[in-house]
Amino acid sequence: MVMKFLEGSEAISETVRLCRPDVISAYPITPQTHIVESLARLVADGKIKSKFLEVESEFSALSSVLGACAAGSRTFTATCSQGLALMHEVLFAAAGLRLPLVMVNANRALSAPINIWNDQQDSISERDSGWIQLYVETVQEAVDTLIQAYRIAEDDRVLLPVMVCMDGFILTHVIEPVDILDEEKVQKFLPKYKPTHTILDPQRPMTIGPFAYPEPYFKLRKEISTAINNSKEVISEVHKEFGEKFKRKYGNGLVEGYKNDKKIAIVSMGSVVGTIREVVDKRKDVGIVKVRCYRPFPKNEIIQTLKSKKTVIVLEKNISLGLGSGSLFSEIRDALYPLKNRPKVVGCIAGLGGSDIKSSDIHRLIDDSKKMKDGEVKWLT
Amino acid sequence: MKKLKGEKTEPNVAVKKPGSSVEVKTGAWRTFKPVVTDKCIGCGICAQFCPEACIKIKNKKAVINYDYCKGCLICFNECPVKAIESKQEEK
Amino acid sequence: MVDIGEELIASGHRTCSGCGSILAARMVLRATGSDVIICEPTGCLEVTSTQYPTTAWRVPWIHVLFENAASVAAGVKAALEAQGNNHTQVIAFGGDGGMVDIGFGAVSGALERNDDIIIITYDNEAYSNTGMQRSGATPFGASTSTTPSGFESAGKKTWKKNMLMIAVAHGCKYAASTSIAYPKDLEMKIKKAMGIKGTKYIHIHTPCPVGWAFDSSKTIEIARLAVQTGMWMLYEIEDGNLKKTLDITELKPVENYLKTQKRFEHLKENDIKVIQEHISQTWKELDKLEKSGVNLRTIL
Repeated sequence: MVMKFLEGSEAISETVRLCRPDVISAYPITPQTHIVESLARLVADGKIKSKFLEVESEFSALSSVLGACAAGSRTFTATCSQGLALMHEVLFAAAGLRLPLVMVNANRALSAPINIWNDQQDSISERDSGWIQLYVETVQEAVDTLIQAYRIAEDDRVLLPVMVCMDGFILTHVIEPVDILDEEKVQKFLPKYKPTHTILDPQRPMTIGPFAYPEPYFKLRKEISTAINNSKEVISEVHKEFGEKFKRKYGNGLVEGYKNDKKIAIVSMGSVVGTIREVVDKRKDVGIVKVRCYRPFPKNEIIQTLKSKKTVIVLEKNISLGLGSGSLFSEIRDALYPLKNRPKVVGCIAGLGGSDIKSSDIHRLIDDSKKMKDGEVKWLT
Repeated sequence: MKKLKGEKTEPNVAVKKPGSSVEVKTGAWRTFKPVVTDKCIGCGICAQFCPEACIKIKNKKAVINYDYCKGCLICFNECPVKAIESKQEEK
Repeated sequence: MVDIGEELIASGHRTCSGCGSILAARMVLRATGSDVIICEPTGCLEVTSTQYPTTAWRVPWIHVLFENAASVAAGVKAALEAQGNNHTQVIAFGGDGGMVDIGFGAVSGALERNDDIIIITYDNEAYSNTGMQRSGATPFGASTSTTPSGFESAGKKTWKKNMLMIAVAHGCKYAASTSIAYPKDLEMKIKKAMGIKGTKYIHIHTPCPVGWAFDSSKTIEIARLAVQTGMWMLYEIEDGNLKKTLDITELKPVENYLKTQKRFEHLKENDIKVIQEHISQTWKELDKLEKSGVNLRTIL
């Protein structure tokens, strides 16, 4: 254990240092700026031996780490909100090219209107891209997950990019004691990146990113789909090994149950789970199922942890405009649909643009849920 | 490393055979065929300007690989001694 | 005798008959040799040379998107440097669409950072791959599918973007214009760029028989005519000093060039006069600039 009193962003940059990427490229955007700035300081002081590319946009940031990864290097980038939206094209390209990039997304609301505070709309809107998405509840979980992310992405059975989602400001700007892990133990857990399939190397020339006609495109997309579905096993495996070496775990790596033996369960992602834990501790009727791995969607684990519930409340910080609910809500309902005695599933949109979610609001929500109809969605009041 | 159940996941998205486009015989596109005559002095200018890279200089004479020649006739136009003739392609 | 050497782009690519752009790629690779990594944006060359599961390239090659070739190249170079490889050339090689228009931001960023890459634009003066829509590099008056000749308006109303000057304004140590009709000049410039550290910018003029509407056999002839009439001028700016690289005592009239391509056939006498005046004036000013010894890197 290496305990340090750090800001969340600094804990991330300390962790990046332990992961030894060759190339770091990131464009500042509130609230991720402190990550970029602390990395720049570490590079300037020679504490990280990485090349730091001072790019002119997020599009260039992700494009340049993509190029670096294709050339055989481990990389790091971070962004959120408008920056992630600007990277949209490159996100799909990176997953399509099967490159093991790792990114920290400091979840922030999307324009318009422009807003710099936390919600999860930005990363949820990229759920189709083929990136593995892991949502963390605490700064400690962010540190642990970032190290696991490299292991997962670079695993031969996966070879897909991983996004570690941490709530902007709430986790990036909080200052608290964090275990930033023993350097030697991390090097043992995370060996150097050795690309096996795709590399830009004049000794063995290959063409990366060709033009594909309909039939080969269809086949290649199916291949990626298989890979991301199979990655669930790798995510659990890596999480288990991490738990054995560093004595910390988060459920089974995909979902985490908390006092989940009650008839009502609240399902949520990210830091708000911390607030929900407080509420649950004061009640006797409700438990939590925290979704840590959003993509690939852990359908089996969702069914296992929720099948015996009477009511499932999905509390989420995003909305799919025109659908009338958030995305997690519809995916949870879809997972539970085939069950014979499926639970009542209700949804709640909360926290958009950083709007406050108080314990009292959650208490009220749980009480209200008893009167809500199956499939009903409300906005948190 | 544990083997995962399900289909193979080795990524096939990169093309690992450099120059594999040679399987496509673009010579089938031709309507006019450049033919090298005895006037050829082997200067290599035609080979230099051929977009298909299908002209080689062998024993001081230009030799055209008709598997790939698309019949653009740049060689015919650029030859300094007018040693290349343009003939209608016969099928 | 001209020695071709090892061919690093294989035959069998699906470029149009008489394509100037693939010739540019061949000539570049002849100068660089095989110790090179090509980063290419979407465009004519990319689509025709890498149709899965085959590829014409015999060197490492990556295509990501339309507008990020220069950023990808910057990343590749950074990775190579981190791995201790200082000899492999990294080239961002794209069409005028991907480098002058939509990819301009990435090119500008790379130039400003002075990333150690060579940025090469093969310029067929339109978005050829998608049907000849106009680009920032389309010359004044040219008819394209988005600047067609009609009753109310005919042809592009603005002049060609001068990428060399833009590169030098970023502090670029070496920027040069080249043409496929002058392969020795092209080779000299590529080799010079390879020996300089920092971002280098090379612009290659590559006529397009389908897009500009001329017979496929005339690709090199028209490229040569462009240089001889001043519609494309060959010069290099090294460390801010401009130098013309071809001895031309007198330019041929631009009409000789314009009348060879259907994309200019709608031009009236007055339009041709305007173009002639512009070219003649530019030529004079370039001459003055060259003789003055002004250092462009300092003042731009």
